[in-house]
Amino acid sequence: MSNWDRFVETFFNARVMARYWPDIVEGLWLTIGLAALIVVTGLIAGLVLALVRALGVRVLNWAIIFVVDVFRALPPLVIIVLIYFGLPSIDIAPSGFVSTWISLGLVLMAFSEEIFWAGITAVPRGQWEAARSTGLGFGETLAYVVLPQALRITIPPLTNRTIAITKGTALGSVVAVTEILGQASSAVSNSYNPSPLTLGAAAYLLLFLPVVVFGRWVESKFAWRR
Amino acid sequence: MIEPRPIVEARGIHKHFAALHVLKGVDLLVAERELVFVIGPSGSGKSTLLRCLNRLEEPSSGSVVVDGIDLLDRRTDLNHARQRIGMVFQSFNLYPHMTALGNVTLALRKVAGKSRAEADEIGHAALARVGLADRADHRPGQLSGGQQQRVAIARSIALEPRVMLFDEPTSALDPELVGSVLGVMRSLRESGMTMVVVSHEMGFARAAADRVVFMDHGLIVEQGAPAEIFESPAHERTRAFIGQIQRH
Ligand SMILES: Nc1ncnc2c1ncn2[C@@H]1O[C@H](COP(=O)(O)OP(=O)(O)OP(=O)(O)O)[C@@H](O)[C@H]1O
Ligand SMILES: [Mg+2]
Repeated sequence: MSNWDRFVETFFNARVMARYWPDIVEGLWLTIGLAALIVVTGLIAGLVLALVRALGVRVLNWAIIFVVDVFRALPPLVIIVLIYFGLPSIDIAPSGFVSTWISLGLVLMAFSEEIFWAGITAVPRGQWEAARSTGLGFGETLAYVVLPQALRITIPPLTNRTIAITKGTALGSVVAVTEILGQASSAVSNSYNPSPLTLGAAAYLLLFLPVVVFGRWVESKFAWRR
Repeated sequence: MIEPRPIVEARGIHKHFAALHVLKGVDLLVAERELVFVIGPSGSGKSTLLRCLNRLEEPSSGSVVVDGIDLLDRRTDLNHARQRIGMVFQSFNLYPHMTALGNVTLALRKVAGKSRAEADEIGHAALARVGLADRADHRPGQLSGGQQQRVAIARSIALEPRVMLFDEPTSALDPELVGSVLGVMRSLRESGMTMVVVSHEMGFARAAADRVVFMDHGLIVEQGAPAEIFESPAHERTRAFIGQIQRH
């Protein structure tokens, strides 16, 4: 057997691929669901924290900054493992799926809060003053004047961060989540052939390449002149 | 004859920023239809005084009553009161993500409770008053500084304020654009608007102001008719300041 044949046999084994691709597709769907949950809950929680922080209540702000810094400092895998293996000792036993969702959701919350907050503070004080001087309240000023401007500044770093954290769904394979990597790894150990990993990589590309391209498009669309 | 109640009554205003005592007991009464000019050196507290009049700045002590509303009373609906007090800023502060019409109609819709159609009609009329009827759909970024400041004025007058506050409305403008903004201010004056203007546009003050107030170090040093203050000020500090800005 030539080197080339051995390479194809190892990474592109048609028989193995045919046998395991439905598992990978199943993992793909699971990953999509997990990623969607993380993105929606993480971004909403981050935005809510940033809005609360805008109220300027000192004690609340300290609490927010503390939580945010903790989840930005901890490696996501450590949080996942802590929740999955740690919580059962206090009689809460989240599944691997839920552990991964909560962990990455918290991480995205922390990073997106900082990004939203930076966006809000980047809006000049004069915008607040102009709006308030016409009788708009705090919430109305935030909703109609400040947030629309803040979100535009926010979108490029936010898309990058969201993509980076969502890719962390692969960490779920450590706690028995049957997402793409989890499916691919078990297929590898069952078939004694790494071809399912090739399929897995293809599935990740299929999922994240459009997201990355979409992020680029959103960035260019929101790069607007003042 | 009964003296009508002043429309702006600020009495005994003190303002501290931490250790800094910025206003040291200022009284400012403005009669209806009066145009009061406030001048003074940088840091004398002109902006701070103006911002106390709509409570963008919280006075440390004193009282502010505008159009009969006690602004410092906790029960006062500040957002309601502020609609009667227009404010124009040195840096325009237009909302960059909205059109000129959007800028003018936001408070009409969200605070004054007008429908979009009503607000648009009022907004178009306000833009026409500042000579920008044809710029309603432009974003601030597509307008010159003078046009932006006129949109900002339209944003205030659309709410039909009882008094307008101007904080150096022309100092951020190129000289050739100053005239268009002063023109709008003059027509506002002619329509009977009560105005308090912080500005060093002496020519405009001479032509349009009823009274000039000179501030220094957080106090009103003297006030009087423009000719009086500019030609024969009673205080040495006023004389020095007037001489200084006339040399420019
Ligand atoms: N938010 C603030 N915090 C701390 N100090 C302030 C604040 N706003 C104003 N000051 C200080 O108060 C003093 C008066 O400021 P103010 O802006 O009222 O002066 P001004 O007469 O308008 O001056 P200018 O002609 O430069 O605009 C200045 O010393 C200024 O640094
Ligand atoms: Mg000032």
